[in-house]
Amino acid sequence: MTSAGSGLTVWQSCALSLLVFTGASQFALVGALAAGGNPFTAAAGAFFLGVRNAFYGLRLSQLLALPRAVRPFAAQWVIDETTAVALAQPTRRNARVGFAVTGVSLYLLWNLTTLLGALGAERIGDTDTWGLDAAGPAVFLALLAPMLRTATERAVAALAVVLGVGLLPALPAGVPVLVAALAAPAVLYVTGRRAARRGARGGER
Amino acid sequence: MNVWIAIGVTAVGCYAVKLAGLLVPAGALERPLVRRLAALLPVALLAALTAQQTFTDGHALVLDARAAGLGAAAVALLLRAPFLVVVAAAVVVTAGVRALTG
Repeated sequence: MTSAGSGLTVWQSCALSLLVFTGASQFALVGALAAGGNPFTAAAGAFFLGVRNAFYGLRLSQLLALPRAVRPFAAQWVIDETTAVALAQPTRRNARVGFAVTGVSLYLLWNLTTLLGALGAERIGDTDTWGLDAAGPAVFLALLAPMLRTATERAVAALAVVLGVGLLPALPAGVPVLVAALAAPAVLYVTGRRAARRGARGGER
Repeated sequence: MNVWIAIGVTAVGCYAVKLAGLLVPAGALERPLVRRLAALLPVALLAALTAQQTFTDGHALVLDARAAGLGAAAVALLLRAPFLVVVAAAVVVTAGVRALTG
């Protein structure tokens, strides 16, 4: 995929898809490394993007009721797509089948396309001429768009853009993204304060 | 070598949070504030990453063909185009603008 265009070898691209297997984190890691970030700040950004998978796991563990011994193997497939498919099923049996089928097929497909993409990018040579450097931001935008449902999400996104771009000239590579992540708790704090002032109780929006 | 370290740390971290969701008792993560924060963190990170990879070159802010490509992707998203069409639109428009402006 785009990773080979950012200076990763074929092996590194494939290892990333096999071991990490959660798209947004992979793209973020590749982007941060390409920008010259050090491995730990790059990994931190990718890690924060992966945190949402813990909440998918939470809902899936109740829904699927997997035996404890199976969980470490099922965990690698806890991602956006498998969760969406499993949650859409009417019965536990269907949910388990849906989770397993989606997990296996996506895992195979994702890793196969990574290999082909990495080999292909090596052939092409200068990926910028082909506009492939625009693929990364387009992927992020496509992942982001469905999340921007309420004013809170839009405020977080806007603040994160300002922080992420505004601090870039001043801070080492990889760090501005982590500072931009603070937009989430900041906006949450402000909306919480406003809700409290209006007299609305509790954490609902 | 740095790349392998980053891949290793990310792989371990991402696997750990996936497994945590399956193993941790529901109460520990079910607090409304924690859930809201987990939902908003990807929003902040993706927005910042999108902007950075479009409007920057190293440490400098720039406006080039990638901005046109991202605009095309945004239009495709508004038209509810499938994922691959969105990415293809960005790539094609960026390459096109670059070819025209040389």
